[in-house]
Amino acid sequence: MKQAASPPAPDPAQPAVRIQGLHKWYDGFHALRGIDLEVARGERIVICGPSGSGKSTLIRCINQLERHEAGAVTVDGREATADPKALQAIRRAAGMVFQSFNLFPHLTVLQNCTLAPVQTGLATRAEADALAMSYLERVRIAEQALKHPAQLSGGQQQRVAIARALCMRPSIMLFDEPTSALDPEMVKEVLDTMIALAADGMTMLAVTHEMGFARQVADRVIFMDEGRIVEAGPPEDFFARPQHERTRTFLGQLLH
Amino acid sequence: MTQASALSPPPTPRGLRVALRGLFGSPGNIVLTLAVLWAAWSVAAPFFRWAVLDAVIWPAQPAACRDVDGACWSFVVAKSGQILFGIYPIEERWRPLLVSLGLLVLIGYSLRPPAWRPSLAAIWAIALPAVLLLMFGGFAGLSYVATTMWGGLPVTLILTVTAVGGAFPLAIFLALGRQSELPAIRGLCIGFIELTRALPLLSILFIASIMLPLLLPEWLLPDKFFRAMIALLLFAAAYLAEVIRGGLQAVPAGQAEAAQALGLGYWQIQREVVLPQALAVVIPSLTNTIIVMIKNTSLVLVVGLFDLISSGRAALADPEWSSPAMETYLFIALIYFGLCFGFGRFAAGLEQRSRISQ
Repeated sequence: MKQAASPPAPDPAQPAVRIQGLHKWYDGFHALRGIDLEVARGERIVICGPSGSGKSTLIRCINQLERHEAGAVTVDGREATADPKALQAIRRAAGMVFQSFNLFPHLTVLQNCTLAPVQTGLATRAEADALAMSYLERVRIAEQALKHPAQLSGGQQQRVAIARALCMRPSIMLFDEPTSALDPEMVKEVLDTMIALAADGMTMLAVTHEMGFARQVADRVIFMDEGRIVEAGPPEDFFARPQHERTRTFLGQLLH
Repeated sequence: MTQASALSPPPTPRGLRVALRGLFGSPGNIVLTLAVLWAAWSVAAPFFRWAVLDAVIWPAQPAACRDVDGACWSFVVAKSGQILFGIYPIEERWRPLLVSLGLLVLIGYSLRPPAWRPSLAAIWAIALPAVLLLMFGGFAGLSYVATTMWGGLPVTLILTVTAVGGAFPLAIFLALGRQSELPAIRGLCIGFIELTRALPLLSILFIASIMLPLLLPEWLLPDKFFRAMIALLLFAAAYLAEVIRGGLQAVPAGQAEAAQALGLGYWQIQREVVLPQALAVVIPSLTNTIIVMIKNTSLVLVVGLFDLISSGRAALADPEWSSPAMETYLFIALIYFGLCFGFGRFAAGLEQRSRISQ
């Protein structure tokens, strides 16, 4: 089996993501009000906060599903500009997993995983098939490769979505509330997959309220409110000694 | 035993018993059923006597139909060449016959999903000019036949294939353009669709056949046949574009977002992710619009082109025969029915298939 060509290796000295003075408006609504954040290579970050705090908008700005109005977003040393080439390079470097899976319903599980690598020229069809099967194996769902997404449970679909993103060989993975749409008994299988991914050294930013996951995996937990980062720190400090009143209230509501 | 029967649903009555209960279950139903049967019989019986029992089909001579109460199918047999091929020179009729058969075979081939590969476009890119060249002639010993002499089935088929086949890709671009973020493209597409939809097809055909010659220099003016073809194409494109737009709106925004996040470009997203889902949703309304467009080709008779219906009317003008209009139009109706019903069945199969794969 031939190995699929890897994208150019990112410079290890560079931060994986650098966000400086980021502002984002939706019409009149000021969704992000000056975000500064640097994510080191291999770092795992969990972002939490009340709904409407801008946490999803923030990670959607990283792969530019939302365009920002002020500030700079740099991924793997590439700044996000209007240039479509830079945009695609950033999106290939940053894989994303959505709350509602967003698998392509008209394609099989395997085709979901091979579509982007083949279309973007990252791999030939044979290479993409092999790559996809190896990632489906890793999320323990290879036996469903020929089914359509509608035939799978929510947890299985989300694991396919993770494999699909990994097939682009991203150096960063973004998770936008990956377990919020799942039935409770399926949350664990998705979190286990994410924990395994973290153990492999993947750089991860996850918007989630799974505080057990944050405790176990995160290097830093970030609390956002009203478009700003209110507090950030390693999980042991963040949960034991939250500095801000707003964080304490939020954690209190979450844990009880 | 009683427990088992409590767990399984009671048997649903079906078949003849249900049908009979529905038809004769109550006095009212009995009266209704008998009334409908009587009405159907009083229409079907005379028609059957006219079309079959009292009809003549052979010999295909005017004399055969004299003193006949029933249908004069002899006329249709005798005139089938003229109805099908118009005033195309008789000794050259093998050319439109070959064109019609060739187009029907090619349409049948093209409608099968396994044929939907880039090579299909290449096949049509060769087949269409070849078909037109064979109709025109004027090379290799074939006599030249102007479009004014074309008529009947090949005209209907050529117009249908080019109008619907050409309109479909144009409609996709119009539907996508209508949602474009670029105001100029969006405006152009909306303007075209709204203007074309606001005009009756007849007026568009008249503009193409009468007004364009006044506006364009002669060297820039295509033949009347091709002007009508383009008019039909643009008209069909505007309607198909709106149907396709409905499908595009039915695809959740998350689909394009997921494809974007994977690093796919705009055209890749549309081709691989959005359009396959959008088109599958609107198969019933696409079918409907396309069938209407097949029948719309008959309107070219108002600008002096001979489609099937106008060829049939021309055939009826023969003074030797007693103008059996009913038989002629039934024959033409049967051809249209074959084309439209055939396409409808194909689309139903396609719908089934897309439902299974979802």
